[in-house]
Amino acid sequence: MLDVSVQRRQGAFAVDAAFSSPAAGVTALFGRSGSGKTSVINMIAGLARPDAGRIALNGTPLFDSARRIDLPMEARRVGYVFQDGRLFPHMTVRANLTYGMRLVPAAQRVIGFDAVVGMLGIEPLLDRRPAKLSGGEKQRVAIGRALLTSPRLLLMDEPLAALDETRKGEVLPFVAGLPKEFAIPIVYVSHSLDEILKLADTLVLMNAGTAVAAGPVEDVVGRLHLSGALDAAEAGAVLTTVVEEHDAAHHLTLLRFPGGRIAVQRMDQPAGAQVRVRIRASEVGIALEPPRHSSFQNVFPARIVELAPPRDGQVDIRLDAAGAAVWARITSRACETMALEPGLIVHALVKSVALTRADVGRHSPVRADGEVHAP
Amino acid sequence: MEALALTELEREALWLSLRVSFWAVAASLPVGIACAWLLARRDFPGKVLVDGLIHMPLVLPPVVTGYILLVTLGRRGVVGQALWEWFGVQIVFTWKAAAIAAAVMAFPLMVRAIRLSMEGVDRGLEAAARTLGASPLRVFVTVTLPLVAPGVLAGVILAFARSLSEFGATITFASNIPGETRTLPLALYTATQVPGGDAAAFRLCVISAVLAMAALVASEVLARRMQKRLKG
Repeated sequence: MLDVSVQRRQGAFAVDAAFSSPAAGVTALFGRSGSGKTSVINMIAGLARPDAGRIALNGTPLFDSARRIDLPMEARRVGYVFQDGRLFPHMTVRANLTYGMRLVPAAQRVIGFDAVVGMLGIEPLLDRRPAKLSGGEKQRVAIGRALLTSPRLLLMDEPLAALDETRKGEVLPFVAGLPKEFAIPIVYVSHSLDEILKLADTLVLMNAGTAVAAGPVEDVVGRLHLSGALDAAEAGAVLTTVVEEHDAAHHLTLLRFPGGRIAVQRMDQPAGAQVRVRIRASEVGIALEPPRHSSFQNVFPARIVELAPPRDGQVDIRLDAAGAAVWARITSRACETMALEPGLIVHALVKSVALTRADVGRHSPVRADGEVHAP
Repeated sequence: MEALALTELEREALWLSLRVSFWAVAASLPVGIACAWLLARRDFPGKVLVDGLIHMPLVLPPVVTGYILLVTLGRRGVVGQALWEWFGVQIVFTWKAAAIAAAVMAFPLMVRAIRLSMEGVDRGLEAAARTLGASPLRVFVTVTLPLVAPGVLAGVILAFARSLSEFGATITFASNIPGETRTLPLALYTATQVPGGDAAAFRLCVISAVLAMAALVASEVLARRMQKRLKG
C-alpha cells in the first residue's frame, strides 16, 4: 500500500495531492500534461522534496515532514523508468542492467538477471551500447535495469510516450506482464487513456496539481466524463465483463456484465475469463422501446441517471445498467423529442465495443480503496 | 646525424620542462575537477569572486602572477616563511616553484575545459543513477566522471601545453637556474641573450615545436578513442 499526501510549490505551480494505491497491480496517475503527475512520482522517488506531507510504502515512511523523515533516494528502494530511458551511454546494455543490481545486498535481490532478460527479450542486446538500440529496445532495457534493483515499488513516467505506435505495441505487452511476473506494485504516469485502460487497475486522476479522484479504473473513468479531464471523443464507459461463450458461426464472443450481454468480435479467451471493454459515448444510442428490427445487436435496458448540459447540439447521458455506468451521446433534438429525463427506463443501443484488456483479474485481485481527498 | 643529437643542456631543459609540466598538471587536476564541479553545479555566495580568482592568471601579466607567488611563497612570504620555519621546506628557486608557477598559469584553462564538459552532462543520467541506488559520490565516479572524460582530457592537454610554454611567472618566481628552473622557454631566452646563441635558440625552437605537436596529436588520438567508446 502506497500512501501519498504531499504539498510542493515550484514557481507559480503548486502540487497538493493525496491518494492511496493498493499494494499490488498497476496504479495509473492520469491527467493532462502539466497536471503534476511527474512531480508526484519524483517526490515518491526522492528526486524532488515535498515542502510538507507524508509518503509511506507499506506503512514505512519514505518521507514525513512532521517526523523529519526524508530517506535518501538510495535507501528508498523505489525503481524509476523515465520517459527518455536514460541509459548510461558509456556502458554496455549488460553493464546498464547490472548497475543498480550490484548495489543491492544479495539477500534482497529477489529478481534474477536471467528472468528479466528473458522476459524482456533483450538477450541479443547485452553486449551493445545504448546508442545502437532502437527506442523500444532502450525502453525495455530501462525497465529491466529498474527491475533488477528488486524495488518495492516501480514508478514509470510515460515510458511509451516517446515511442511511435509500432514501438509502443512492442513495449506495452512487457509492461502489462510486469505485475504478474514480478509481483511489484507499479505507479504508471500517462496522459493516454488508451494505455491506462490496457494496463491499470487503479486510477488516480490529476488536475492542476491535485488528485481529484482515485479508485478502480471502471469507477473513475465513468466519473471522468464530466470532470473536463477527457477530450469529448474519449468520453465513455469502461466495463469489466466475463466471457460467456463463443459463437463460432458468426465469429462472435458473448460477454456478460451485470446489465446484460454484449457481443464482440471473437477473441481468444476461455469462458469465464474477465475482460475489460470500453464503450465510447459516441457509440451508444437510446431507444424508448426495445427495437425489434434493428442492426443493433447489443441492446440492454438501463435507467437514465443524469443528463449533462448540451454541448454543440449534443447531450451526454449517464445510464445505469444494473449498477454498471454507461454513457450515451445523442443529439439534443433527439433528447427533446424523446422527452428524456432522469429516472426514465430506456434501452441502450451499443454499436461497437472496444476490447482494452483481456486479462483483468488474472493476477492477484486488486481491492482499491483509494478515495478522493479533495483539498 | 651528429647535429640531430641533443646536447647535454638541451636534454636537461627538455627533461626539466616535462617534469615540471607533469607535476603542475598532476597536482592541480583533482583541484581543477573540484573547482569545475563547484562552478558548474553549485550556487553559493561569492561564486563570482571564486570564478574571477581562478581566471585571474589568464588576464594578469604573468610577471604580476609570478611576483604575487614570490611574495606569498618566498622565504619572507606569509606562507613561504611558515613552510621554511616549520618544515624546513624551501620552494622558491627550486623546480617545485617552476611547477607551481606553471600550475597557476594553466589552471584557468584546465577548469574551463572541464567545467564546459560538466555543464554538458545530462543531469537526468545522474538522477537515474541515484534512483538505481547509487550514492552521490558513486554517481560522480561512475557516471559524471566517465562522461566528462573528454573534457578532462582536453583540460589536461591544454594545461600541459600551457605549462610547457610558461615563462613570465616562472622567471619571476622560480628564477632562471640551470638544471633547476631553466625550462625550455627559459633556456631559449637565455640563448638569445648571449652573442652567437642564434643556432642554439633555433634548435630549442624546433624542440618546443615538436613537443607541442606531439601533445596535440596525442590528445586527438585519445579524444577519438573516447568518442568511439561513448558512441558505441
